[in-house]
Order: sequence, then C-alpha cells, then structure tokens
Amino acid sequence: MYKIILKQKLAPKIHLLKIKEPILAKKSQPGQFVVLKIDEEGERIPLNIADWDENEGSIDVVFFEKGATTLKLALLNEGDSIVSLAGPLGLPTQIEKFGHVVCIAAGVAAGFIIPIAKAMKQKGNKVTSLIWQKNKKMVFWENRLAGASDRLIIATEDGSYGQKGPAPMILKKMLENGDTIDRINVMGPGPMLKACSDITSPYGIKTIVSLHSIMIDGIGMCGSCRVSVGGKTKFACVDGPDFDGHQVDWKLFSARNNIYKNEEKIAVEQHFS
Amino acid sequence: MEKINLNRVPMPKQKPKTRIKNFDEVALGYNSQQSKNEADRCIQCPNPTCIEGCPVEINIPGFIKAIKDDDMPEALKILKEKNSLPGICGRVCPQEVQCEEKCVFSKKGAPIAIGRLERYVADWEQEHLKSSGQSFIKLKPTGKRVAVVGAGPAGLTVSADLAKLGHQVTIFEALHTPGGVLTYGIPNFRLPKNIVNSEIDYVKSLGVQIELDSVVGKKMTIDELLDNNFQAVFLGVGAGLPMFLNIPGENLNGVYSANEFLTRANLMKAYKFPDYYTPIKIGKRIAVIGGGNVAMDSARTAIRLGSDEVSIVYRRSEVEMPARQEEIENAKEEGIKFRFLTNPKKFLGDEKYWLKGMECNKMKLGKPDKSGRRRPITISDSEFIMHVDIAVVALGTTPNPLIAASDKDLEFTKKGTIIADEKTGKTTKPGVWAGGDIASGSATVISAMGAGQRAAKSIHDYLMSSD
Ligand SMILES: Cc1cc2nc3c(=O)[nH]c(=O)nc-3n(C[C@H](O)[C@H](O)[C@H](O)COP(=O)(O)OP(=O)(O)OC[C@H]3O[C@@H](n4cnc5c(N)ncnc54)[C@H](O)[C@@H]3O)c2cc1C
Ligand SMILES: Cc1cc2nc3c(=O)[nH]c(=O)nc-3n(C[C@H](O)[C@H](O)[C@H](O)COP(=O)(O)OP(=O)(O)OC[C@H]3O[C@@H](n4cnc5c(N)ncnc54)[C@H](O)[C@@H]3O)c2cc1C
Ligand code: FES
Repeated sequence: MYKIILKQKLAPKIHLLKIKEPILAKKSQPGQFVVLKIDEEGERIPLNIADWDENEGSIDVVFFEKGATTLKLALLNEGDSIVSLAGPLGLPTQIEKFGHVVCIAAGVAAGFIIPIAKAMKQKGNKVTSLIWQKNKKMVFWENRLAGASDRLIIATEDGSYGQKGPAPMILKKMLENGDTIDRINVMGPGPMLKACSDITSPYGIKTIVSLHSIMIDGIGMCGSCRVSVGGKTKFACVDGPDFDGHQVDWKLFSARNNIYKNEEKIAVEQHFS
Repeated sequence: MEKINLNRVPMPKQKPKTRIKNFDEVALGYNSQQSKNEADRCIQCPNPTCIEGCPVEINIPGFIKAIKDDDMPEALKILKEKNSLPGICGRVCPQEVQCEEKCVFSKKGAPIAIGRLERYVADWEQEHLKSSGQSFIKLKPTGKRVAVVGAGPAGLTVSADLAKLGHQVTIFEALHTPGGVLTYGIPNFRLPKNIVNSEIDYVKSLGVQIELDSVVGKKMTIDELLDNNFQAVFLGVGAGLPMFLNIPGENLNGVYSANEFLTRANLMKAYKFPDYYTPIKIGKRIAVIGGGNVAMDSARTAIRLGSDEVSIVYRRSEVEMPARQEEIENAKEEGIKFRFLTNPKKFLGDEKYWLKGMECNKMKLGKPDKSGRRRPITISDSEFIMHVDIAVVALGTTPNPLIAASDKDLEFTKKGTIIADEKTGKTTKPGVWAGGDIASGSATVISAMGAGQRAAKSIHDYLMSSD
C-alpha cells in the first residue's frame, strides 16, 4: 500500500497527489512515469512523475479527471492509500546542452513538464516554457514554471490570460520571427504534439514528443502501448515515452488511443452516475 | 502378477455448454473413490520409469501408494519433498510427454493418471489442512540473504527451497500480483487463482518475503541488490516479450498480442468489466493465430467473453500443434473452430483503423525442419480473406530485454536468453543465477521449477562455502 500524504486541487479537474515511496523518490528522472492501481478492481494507469523529494521519500503526480479511473483517483484524500505503484518506468528524457530549448505543455502536462525544463536549465540550456491552457482558471503553478525556465509564455485559448491562441500558433510565430530554437520537448494531447511537430518539421528542429499511449504493465510485456515511429513498431512504455515527433505515425496513434471509447463511457456511467 | 487394469478413470468436467458461460475450472478433479480407483491401477514397478520422466523427480509410486493406503498426509509429504507447487503442476504439466509417457501402461494407451492424482493430493491439502510451512523442519537461520527477481514458478521454487534451508529470501516482482504466467497468463478456468494464491501463501509461510511493484532494472539494479546485503541474486524473470507476425496492419485496433488479451482478461479481470475497470474488446468473430497452449487459452477465453465465432488459425496441421492434447480436445468441445494450414499475410482495416479481416495464404507441409515438425510452405495464389473483427496473435514470447539493458556484466544468447549453466543456473556474473524461461526460452512450468530447484542447491553451496 502506498499512502497519499498530500492532495491539492490545482485547477478545475486537475489534482496533485503526493505519494510516499522512498525508493522512487531516489530513483526518478525527468520524463519517467509510474503505473498505479487504486484498488482491487482498479485499472493500471500511467502517470508522469511530476516531482520527487528524496528527504521526504515521496513523489508527486498531477492528473486530469478524464474517465473512470482518474475520477476515482480524485475522490481519494490525504491518508488514503492505493494498492499498487510501480516505477520509475520508461526511458528518461534526453537532457543535454542543446542551446535554446522550448518546453511546450498543454493542460495537465504543465504540471509534469517542470522536471524536464528544470533539468534542461541546469544543463546550461536557455529554456523557454510555453504553456497553453483553456482559460485563466486552468492556469496553475505559474511560479514553479517560471522558476524552472528562463522565459515563460502562458497562452489561453480564449485569451483570458497571457497570450491568446493555441501553443502551436505561438511556436509558429516564434519561428517566423526568427527565434533560434535548438530543441523542443512537447507534452500534452496528441493533436497538439502533432501540430507542433508539423510546424518544426520544415525547420528541421528536433521535436521530442511524449506519447501517452494506452498501457497496462508498463514494462514491455503486452504490446498495448505500441506506436509506429519511422515505420517501426515501438513499445512506448520501454522504448519511450519520448519519440521524435517528425517520425510518428499520428493517425495510428490517435486511432489506438480511441480503442476503448465506448467502454470508457460505460465505466463512467456505471461508477459515477 | 497383478491383473492389469487399463480403465483409466476419466476426469469429471463441467459440460461444454455450461462452461463456455463461466470462468470456473473446467476439470473438476477426482473424488476420493475415483482417486483410489486410479491409484489402485498402479502396479508399483520395482524400477519405476515414471520418475525419470519427472523434471523434479517426485517419488511417484511412493505418493500413489500412500493414496492406495489411505494415508493422505504421507502422500502430501512425499509430493512436497520435491514439489512446492503440486496443485499447479497437477493441473498444467504436460504429463503426457513426461511422467505418464514413461509409465509402463503408456504403451497400452492407459498410463496411470499421475497428474490427476497429484492434483487430488494437493486439493486434499486445501480442504483439510491450512497450507503451512510449519510441517517442514526448517533449518536454523543461516543469516544469508538472497534476492529473487520474478515471482513465477522458477522464482517461487528457488525461494521455497532456499527458505527451507534457512536462508532469508526476498522476491522482487514487477507486477502488482505474484505468480508470473500462472497469474497473468493461464486462465482461471484451467488454473483457478485460489490454487495459485494458496501455493504462494505456502511459499510465504516459509518466511519468504514478496516485494511487489518492483521492476528490477528500473527501481533497482542487480548490482544494487548485491551491494545491498544480498549475497546472491536469482533471476527468474520469464520470457515476457510478445512476438508479432511482422506483417502489414498488425497495429490496427483489434489486433492483440496474446499477452495483452490474457493479461486484460486474467490479471486485470476484464471479464468482470465494468465492475472491474479494465476493458477488453470482444468482437463477433475472433481469430487466434498460433497452435500452442497460449493460443488455446486465448481462444477459450474469447468464447467465454461472449464472442460468436472463435477460430484458431494455424499454419501447420493438427498433429504438429504444440498445445496439450487435452486442451485441444477441450477447445473443440467448446465450439472453437480450427483452420489448419492457414497463414495470415496481412491484416485489413477500415478507414478508422479498425480490423476488418485477414488476408491469408493456404499452406502445405514439406520436409521436417529443425523442430522435427514438417515445415509449412505457402501455396502460391492461394490468398483468401477471413472476416474477423478481433485477432489475437499467439506466437509465443521471447525474453524481455529490460534486465539486459540494465546490467552490463550478464551475457546473453542471440535469442536474448541469459547464459546460465544448465546444471546449476550460474550465470557469467558472480553471485547471480538465472533459471526458467529467461534462461531456457519459453518452456513449461515444471521445467522452470526444476531450474529453480537446481539453482537453489547451487546457491546454497555457494552461500555456505563463502563467509
Ligand atoms: C506515459 C504516460 C504518462 C501519463 N501521464 C499522465 C499524467 O501525468 N497526468 C495525467 O492526467 N494523465 C497522464 N497520462 C494519461 C493517463 O494515463 C490517462 O488519462 C488515464 O489512463 C485515463 O484513465 P481514465 O480511466 O480516467 O479515463 P478513460 O476514460 O479510461 O480514458 C480516457 C483516455 O485516456 C487514455 N487511457 C485510458 N486508459 C489508459 C491506460 N491504461 N493507459 C494510458 N492511457 C489510457 C485513452 O486515451 C483514453 O481515451 C499518461 C499516459 C501515459 C501513457
Ligand atoms: C498463456 C500461457 C499458457 C501456458 N500454459 C502452460 C501449461 O499448460 N503448462 C506448462 O507447463 N506451461 C505453460 N505455459 C508456460 C509456462 O507458464 C512458463 O514456461 C513458466 O511460467 C515459466 O516460468 P518462469 O518462472 O520462468 O517465468 P514467468 O512465469 O514468466 O514469471 C516471471 C515473473 O517475473 C516477473 N518479472 C519480469 N521482469 C521483471 C523485472 N525486471 N523485475 C521483476 N520482476 C520481473 C514477471 O512479472 C513474472 O511475474 C504457458 C504460458 C502461457 C503464456
Ligand atoms: S504497456 Fe504493455 S508493453 Fe507497454
């Protein structure tokens, strides 16, 4: 059993859980994730490790209430426990001195891109974080993000805070204005990963996307998470989750993420209505 | 000479019509009369050949005699001397090519049903005694600590044996439940999970600790275990990487690896969806590609999940199928169709990337290949389309490269298996042993247990000679 020692609501439907796990607190690296399971009936779901604290022996996850499992996770409180927490899984994000690195995140990903921005900055890169949220209410951890970056751009879909317009548009403008960018890391929904990759492709800027495909074990045993990159089948849980966005078969990725659309509705109806 | 009785007592089973609607065990087990009748057939050969056929050398005539004599505690004791998991082995071992094949009655087509008797004894224990390690004289604690990686049959066996010798054993298991393939692969209707759990409880009762959610290679490395006060490490991580056909369309929605299909159904209990949260796609027409136990388990799971038509698609003919005969029979009784000499060439999908069908070739058999089975040859221009909405690829598994990536001292074969001495399980890295599917490639439960036993002996010698 793994105990939740802190729970915080960060924005509508977005929560932080701090979970006790001393070994993970020591071992986690930027870009890695855990697979957790709430209880006996629960599904195994992957969540990025948003932060870790060796002294406290804990890790942070931030998540968005999407379907049955994340809705249930949102009902847990401090002091509650979950039955399973495995990690740190996946290959860590490649952190090197690249020059100017742009970290792009939308929605809940604003929470878990921070370790990457931080590590990139520590390596001596100039880091721009470009965060995109629906509206002002959804903006969270602005200070943390600012601290992890040299420059922080916040944009909202409705323009209620920061710049207006989707992140890929802003990225496009940056490039058109002659900003030199050496590397891009993108986290968030599939369509945004694709849009950013499409924009950087003509510029030949390496664009690393974190592919959130559907997982079970997270250690390469089932193949549920398979994606096609550069014409080759890869398991996102062990070969990724980071991949070269210019080589991803996006149609396949989006199709595979929708396999259980009907079942997801049924599960929410069964447990939350 | 005793009169020879060739009437092998049949196994009582759930009726096909009933059992395809549930996930309960198909084979119901002998009752005490049936077990006595079967045991009475054994003529107690003075030089028993059956023992040679047993990878862990159970004193087979001994435990059968105890059944005859109505001395069940004795039967159990004899079994458990050599086999820590008899309830499992009695159910899933391929006795027909092991002990029973060596039985003198085998030539007459009626070997003693050793597996069924083994199961009877194990189930008797379940009913009458609480599984407990106390019936064993445990040696004095040695103060030596052993880390075992993987809680499958190999890991559980090596742990039980070392614990009985007084060593302190901790198992590190990647998943949230121990048991390995016994838990995530083999379905409940063939191997009930309460049986697996009580055998695991037995191992725990010997003092073995099990740390779940512990992916070695990620959460800790082998070197960290060795530095961390473990004097020896045993790797029993199995061969968990699913093989695919590598043909076009294999990533379409609706194409599963058998590992994923069975993991969803068994480990995650998707057959209880939505009470259990993990979904599974069922489909009206399912094709399962392959001819081994894994294919039979997938097909029989599919029919229980409510699929209208389940076909096994196999590129050779029935006689070459590696699955146990008993499981093939069970599958047939349950209405599973068999398409022999058929090989998929391409998966066909619709515009939304959903599987719609498979283009297949007809095959014929040529000369025997390395495996001794006749090689399948594609018949040219024989393409035809099978309409299916789910396909399960059950070709087998290879070792998971995760451990290899995390340790630079271990040596591996081209196939990805760890190089380990067959007699001792010793790897090329000092202090590290390996056994089971990770060393042999996909094999059987009992061969994994045999490897665990041999490694336990070798580890024990090593621990007691080093101070
Ligand atoms: C490596 C990785 C890291 C992730 N990190 C985070 C994170 O830090 N915070 C966060 O909010 N979300 C994260 N996700 C996504 C998160 O796993 C899904 O939102 C969650 O599984 C949804 O489950 P649900 O039952 O609430 O929703 P459902 O209604 O079941 O599913 C909604 C959508 O989530 C995805 N999904 C469903 N089940 C799974 C599964 N078992 N594995 C992966 N995706 C699934 C599918 O796209 C699905 O359409 C991550 C995914 C991956 C692969
Ligand atoms: C569907 C199916 C049906 C089968 N039917 C039969 C049958 O009827 N009869 C028979 O004799 N055999 C059968 N087999 C084969 C048999 O199950 C295997 O040969 C046997 O389980 C191998 O045992 P093992 O201990 O080597 O590995 P496994 O049973 O594979 O166990 C390995 C364990 O190690 C864990 N692990 C893996 N990597 C790590 C890591 N990095 N860190 C920590 N833990 C890790 C895994 O999660 C797993 O629990 C079947 C196999 C399958 C898949
Ligand atoms: S989640 Fe099973 S292989 Fe990646």
